[in-house]
Amino acid sequence: MYHKEKSIQIKNSASSLYNNLSVQRIAPRHLTYFTVVHANVVNMVSASWDGLNYSHRQLQSKEPNVATSTSLIMQAAFCVLPSRDLLVVTSQKGIQMYESDGSIMVYWHALDTPETPTAQAIFGRGISAVGQNYICVGVSSGSILVFDVPSKGSNITLSEVLEEHNESITDLASECSGSQECIADLVSADDGGNLYVWKSGEEFQILNKIAGFDMTCSSVKLWKGTVVAGYGTGQIRIYEAVTGILHAEITAHARWIYSLDIAPFSGLLLSAAEDSLVRVWHLTLTPETNSVEVAHLHNECVTDTQICGAKFCDGDGYAFAVTGYDLSEIIRYTQT
Amino acid sequence: MSVRTLPLVFINLGGEMLYILDQRLQAHNTSEDNSEKGVWSEYDRKRVMNDIVGTMFNKGFMDELLKPQQLYSHRTLKTVLTRLAHASIMRLNPASMDRLYELMIMAVKYQVFLCPRPRDLLLISYNHIDTIRELVKETPVALNQVEEAHRKIVEVYSSLSEGEFQLLRQTLLIFLSDSHVRVSLFMKNKVQNPNGRFVLSTSGPVPHGVDIPGLIRTFDSKGKEVKQSEFPTGGSYTSPIREGSFELHGDRVIRLGLNMYTVNHPEETHTSKASSVKHTDDSPNLLAKEELNQLARLMGSMKAENTPKSEPYFRINLFTTDEEGEEEEEEAAERTAGGAEEPLFGVLNIQAMQDEQVATELARIAGQFTEGEEQPDDPSSSSSSSNNKGDDLLAMMDHL
Repeated sequence: MYHKEKSIQIKNSASSLYNNLSVQRIAPRHLTYFTVVHANVVNMVSASWDGLNYSHRQLQSKEPNVATSTSLIMQAAFCVLPSRDLLVVTSQKGIQMYESDGSIMVYWHALDTPETPTAQAIFGRGISAVGQNYICVGVSSGSILVFDVPSKGSNITLSEVLEEHNESITDLASECSGSQECIADLVSADDGGNLYVWKSGEEFQILNKIAGFDMTCSSVKLWKGTVVAGYGTGQIRIYEAVTGILHAEITAHARWIYSLDIAPFSGLLLSAAEDSLVRVWHLTLTPETNSVEVAHLHNECVTDTQICGAKFCDGDGYAFAVTGYDLSEIIRYTQT
Repeated sequence: MSVRTLPLVFINLGGEMLYILDQRLQAHNTSEDNSEKGVWSEYDRKRVMNDIVGTMFNKGFMDELLKPQQLYSHRTLKTVLTRLAHASIMRLNPASMDRLYELMIMAVKYQVFLCPRPRDLLLISYNHIDTIRELVKETPVALNQVEEAHRKIVEVYSSLSEGEFQLLRQTLLIFLSDSHVRVSLFMKNKVQNPNGRFVLSTSGPVPHGVDIPGLIRTFDSKGKEVKQSEFPTGGSYTSPIREGSFELHGDRVIRLGLNMYTVNHPEETHTSKASSVKHTDDSPNLLAKEELNQLARLMGSMKAENTPKSEPYFRINLFTTDEEGEEEEEEAAERTAGGAEEPLFGVLNIQAMQDEQVATELARIAGQFTEGEEQPDDPSSSSSSSNNKGDDLLAMMDHL
């Protein structure tokens, strides 16, 4: 179904972090941007669609007033809003927002870090654009920071702090189908496997809470009102967002899932784990019967590699890209 | 990232160091000519083990490690581990220490990489502690220190969640990234490829708490299962084995962290680089101010209680490069043994400098790890200015 294409070499190897690959398609310029985190650096590659031009850029985690220590980056993700695109980077010290080509930093938010480290680690993790003008970022304390982003300029403000989760946020996802009918537009996941479903606005509202089972939910997606969640047990669970009804459960992987992605136009689902496998599934939603069908389509084994990032490169799922711990390349696959 | 990595890092790296030293010292004991000067007796070896374990599990040192803090750089860790190794009558030359560190790092990387569940990192650490306990079981003081430390570890780590253990593991993996040194023992056991990467099998038992992959179950709105179908996994997985014990004593079940050197011959601990990827902190820049402070606290809390200052120290070359080099090494030993520089020390053998580039490199490294306490007039302290501060720090540590 898919065959391997030429890999893109990157300057450093990927770090073992959840969802460690972000992809943005820039259709008007026939380019795709990729970002992969390595320790305190974000590796960015801009690849032309004809496969002939690659340009690289590295973003370091620069924090003002911190002269000596370097801060490890937890995640880098593209946030696509109707008016603009931003690249958001979270670290142990705070949150940085750049123009999506990584050229200029437009905003910096420092996390409260005490002088002497406490038993609880502090960092940001979980990034998502939500609605018309919000970017949400999760924090290790369980808080979710909601930033209000104007259509241009750097006057980004912290609009709200959502304090519902008691455990470290692992991932955030917004409704990706493009449908205006969906009530829920954000889902947040934490280290206990708990999922909160939100409606965005001046004040975000909780629509539902889906309790976890003491196992990290490392990656989550929201599509057509359906939550797809991947766990440390290798399980994928599919819930109806607003009601919490469990539609399906898949014993998908033999090790910790690190990344999930959905191609919104086709309903293809991508899952990747530390067991070295990437799997492609197809989801069919039948609103009339309120049911979900899951079909398994394809496996790719990245030999001897613990995968840490996997994303579709386009809305149909025609191509996908994969990153792995200690690998200095972005592996690509295209449909045959 | 995780602020709880340091104790486990020291126990696992330190544990591997003890395994290697123990095996190498026993290997030196089996030399054919027992009348040779400087042969390590059983008593000497046990003494080295007790001294190092005693320093490593010293209460003050352990308490310092157990404080929530960020993980150190390779440079800092190597400095502290070198100091630990030298808490005994044994002295390692810089090349030996480098090789030892590489081997320790690769062993721990193997264990962390293949750890079935994040929580099993604790079982791996307990395997190290259990084996260390065996090594010092005849020395009540050291044994007691190990038991105390173990108790504290159990106390601190028992309450961590699976997600927190995975964060800890991710922090360790970042620290261990890009190390691809090939270890002959691993390659012989087919757990490492010629390119230096570890083998990740898609068959075998799944970790405890994980279901065997292959099943899709769908439910109706009332929670009743309506369909079950299988999918091809591309692997052949089996049921998990029983869970290991997280208590102070018990069967850990997993084998990672046990001493893999016990049944092997000395020449099998060869290391060779697959590709040289520098760790980013290898630059000659000084340690960041914070790290220097952390290093000072840690070194200060290490009490070398068992090091008698009046006794001679014994140098040891852990890893002979090749059999043919032995003759050259003997000649070199004869030459330098007669030198006036080190009249107090019993020299076992000196690694022959076969390459000018190697010699320069070794001299540079030697400048960083000068043995300040017993050689105050060592000429290497006058090496390049970027090393002076490192020397001063080490010298300062010894007076704390």
